[in-house]
Amino acid sequence: MTLFDGILLAFLIICAISVSATRNLLASIIIYMSFSLIMSVLWLTLEAPDLAITEAAVGAGVTGLLFLATLKKIHAIKAENAKDEEDNRDEK
Amino acid sequence: MRSDGFFSHMVNFVESGEFCEKNYTLTPSEKAVIDTNTPENRWLTSVQHSEKPVGVRLMDWFKRRGFEVFNNLYRVASVFICMTLIAVMLSVVSFLPTFGDDGNPAVNEVEERYVSKSIEETGTTNAVAGMISAYRGFDTLGEAHVLFVAACSVIVLLRVDPSERRRGHLINPDMIGEDLDFEPNTDLILRKAAKLLVPLAFILGLYVILNGTSSPGGGFSGGALIGAGLILCSVAFGFKRTERFFGDEMYHLIKTVCLAAYALMMAYFIFMGANGFDDHVWLGIPGGIISGGLILPINIAVGLEVACTMYCFYALFRKGGL
Repeated sequence: MTLFDGILLAFLIICAISVSATRNLLASIIIYMSFSLIMSVLWLTLEAPDLAITEAAVGAGVTGLLFLATLKKIHAIKAENAKDEEDNRDEK
Repeated sequence: MRSDGFFSHMVNFVESGEFCEKNYTLTPSEKAVIDTNTPENRWLTSVQHSEKPVGVRLMDWFKRRGFEVFNNLYRVASVFICMTLIAVMLSVVSFLPTFGDDGNPAVNEVEERYVSKSIEETGTTNAVAGMISAYRGFDTLGEAHVLFVAACSVIVLLRVDPSERRRGHLINPDMIGEDLDFEPNTDLILRKAAKLLVPLAFILGLYVILNGTSSPGGGFSGGALIGAGLILCSVAFGFKRTERFFGDEMYHLIKTVCLAAYALMMAYFIFMGANGFDDHVWLGIPGGIISGGLILPINIAVGLEVACTMYCFYALFRKGGL
């Protein structure tokens, strides 16, 4: 295992833990997408380019988009925006 | 109501096991309350438990307490079945062959044949494509059907009735004044980036599908790329412009035709025999675009199917229809 693989694997574990540890839903979706991106690079280093293409398109692209669309539908993003604005107002 | 007459006798009978007086008949007020014609309440018309035979009394007892007993038995049985299943599976695990052993079922002539004979038997230089579309074509057909069923169930769950949409109001009134009113999106950066990226995504997807027999990729990867391009297109330019070339009818046409074509190609294998397909289909020159016999049309069908499903999921989530 090269140093590059080791760094990627470490990032993979950090991403996997922080997805479930993050309280902000939007942030956890973005971390999940980066997890898929790291995973696709790892597939490449494991000489499975077929899987790398699919992982990048499905895991990082479409699944994340569907999660975002669902968040928008249940008004989770909007609520968070409103909360952020409130926090900003409090700071001022 | 419970404090006098029949009901107190019944409570006494159930709770303490004492019997009530013989041949007690319902008072008219109690008859008015209890509908004695229904089968559950017919036994209430008179109380003659002490004179009934044991079997009938057991039946009565089951009618009253049976549900509770059944619930408890159900819990015990479910725990027992789960424990048995876990024990059986763990004992099977202990009998598994050791990892990496020479005599394992995984190390047999099948994968050797895939590696050494895939070029002459399937006409592909990409052994993975030869494996998943020719040797194991039925597996991939099952996967395509899984996607199809998933898309169907999402349509059932999320579709907004077209007549409702035509009248201008959606099922969820909160959605009015949200996403759909801001279409097409006016974000300049998104539109400029999409203008650059959408054609690239389409071309890369087509390349991955068509060249799937001789380079990494194939139907599923290429289809996912084209689907991602379609989604990006609809995000940047709005659903109206996407609907010009990819609408509801187009979706149904492509989806059914592709799935049927794939199933027909697999039916060919059924009738001709999976091992004899190299005798009937021209395999082409390995390494070229037209090679691999039926793998190229299978890749095209799977790719279009996957692209449609990807875009369909997104469109249903966003606006409840294609």
